[in-house]
Amino acid sequence: MHEWALAEAVISTALEASKEKKAREIRELRITMGELQQIDIEIFEFALNEIIKSHDILKKTKIKIEIENAFFRCNVCGHEWKFTKDKLSFEESESIHFIPEIVHTYLRCPQCSSPDFEVIKGRGVWLDSIEVR
Amino acid sequence: MDPRLTIIDKRLKNIKKVIAVSGGKGGIGKSSVASVLALSLSKMEYKVGLLDTDFCGPSTHILLGIKDLYPEEEKGVIPPEPYGIKFMSIIYYAGDKPSPLRGIDVSNALIELLAVTLWGELDFLIIDMPPGIGDAILDVIRLIKKTEFLVVTTQSKVALETVKKVLRMLKELEIQILGVIENMKTRDSSYVREEIETMGIPFLGEIYYDPDFEDSLGDTEKLLKTEFAQSIKKIILNTEGFRE
Ligand SMILES: Nc1ncnc2c1ncn2[C@@H]1O[C@H](COP(=O)(O)OP(=O)(O)OP(=O)(O)O)[C@@H](O)[C@H]1O
Ligand SMILES: [Mg+2]
Ligand SMILES: [Zn+2]
Repeated sequence: MHEWALAEAVISTALEASKEKKAREIRELRITMGELQQIDIEIFEFALNEIIKSHDILKKTKIKIEIENAFFRCNVCGHEWKFTKDKLSFEESESIHFIPEIVHTYLRCPQCSSPDFEVIKGRGVWLDSIEVR
Repeated sequence: MDPRLTIIDKRLKNIKKVIAVSGGKGGIGKSSVASVLALSLSKMEYKVGLLDTDFCGPSTHILLGIKDLYPEEEKGVIPPEPYGIKFMSIIYYAGDKPSPLRGIDVSNALIELLAVTLWGELDFLIIDMPPGIGDAILDVIRLIKKTEFLVVTTQSKVALETVKKVLRMLKELEIQILGVIENMKTRDSSYVREEIETMGIPFLGEIYYDPDFEDSLGDTEKLLKTEFAQSIKKIILNTEGFRE
């Protein structure tokens, strides 16, 4: 359920941005969810919709969520690969869910076994755009 | 936009004082000071949190003998409270496995923890910092605006020179400095005190090298009886910044 905390973060960022733009209404929020963080979209959307209710400026907001696959690039051999949960235990997967960087604790480059790789795409929650009026 | 950055202030809103225990050099007793400080403040009935930001070499759980605990989840992450201390560390997620993280990953992990941890009301949040004068200090300054720094040094000129650099940087950035503690003292000398006071920075006190300290690690009852803990207590009582 820490999806709730992240949903709160998204809304508070949107509210702050709308204040800066002196907006009357937030029309649309575009959110990217990086696959690595393994957010439960249903809980996340539920949380967003609950939090939105207490803000007039968000009453008519359309929320678009896009899921982005996660990719890694090895800093040692340059190999690029896509994230899969196959080799992770439930606990390991849960830990990555809380702190995506923990992936360096449990996964290795499939080509050279190095833990020194970059998450090039699909890390976690990102607010792509806020459309206001 | 990174949505996590705006929520951090809100997560820390009900914390009266945030104290980052730093020092630049490695192995000078930062984690020991942070742990015993948190423990002592908790014994004095303050509401205390302890955040271990040394993701590559977390140690406060070893010092305090914290194991087999895991945070609760409810609209965020709720830290467990061993000895009345709300305790947050990467060990919940990495266990005792190494976490080989580059700077950007360390920043990201810290931001994540700060964005989702629900500390609630605290009198003090103590932050144990990794060695170094780079990423960690800059991140704490950037992310936790109300941090005050508690800087640990030893008698050694080698440690003190680096500590002075940290202090100069903090002063330049106009960051609050609670003061400096001289740790692992083996002989009487006012050299460190004078150097620190010349810089116009409060010298909070000294902790002598305590041969019993190592054998008390992991046992809070024993820890509190050490000379180390007595010195910390004296520093707490004598320092303006610890009185509400
Ligand atoms: N006053 C003291 N008397 C005796 N031993 C001490 C004292 N202060 C620290 N130590 C010991 O010194 C060692 C290093 O201490 P500690 O881990 O707190 O340093 P640190 O600055 O946090 O190190 P790092 O930079 O690796 O994080 C530990 O084994 C600790 O028990
Ligand atoms: Mg340490
Ligand atoms: Zn590789």
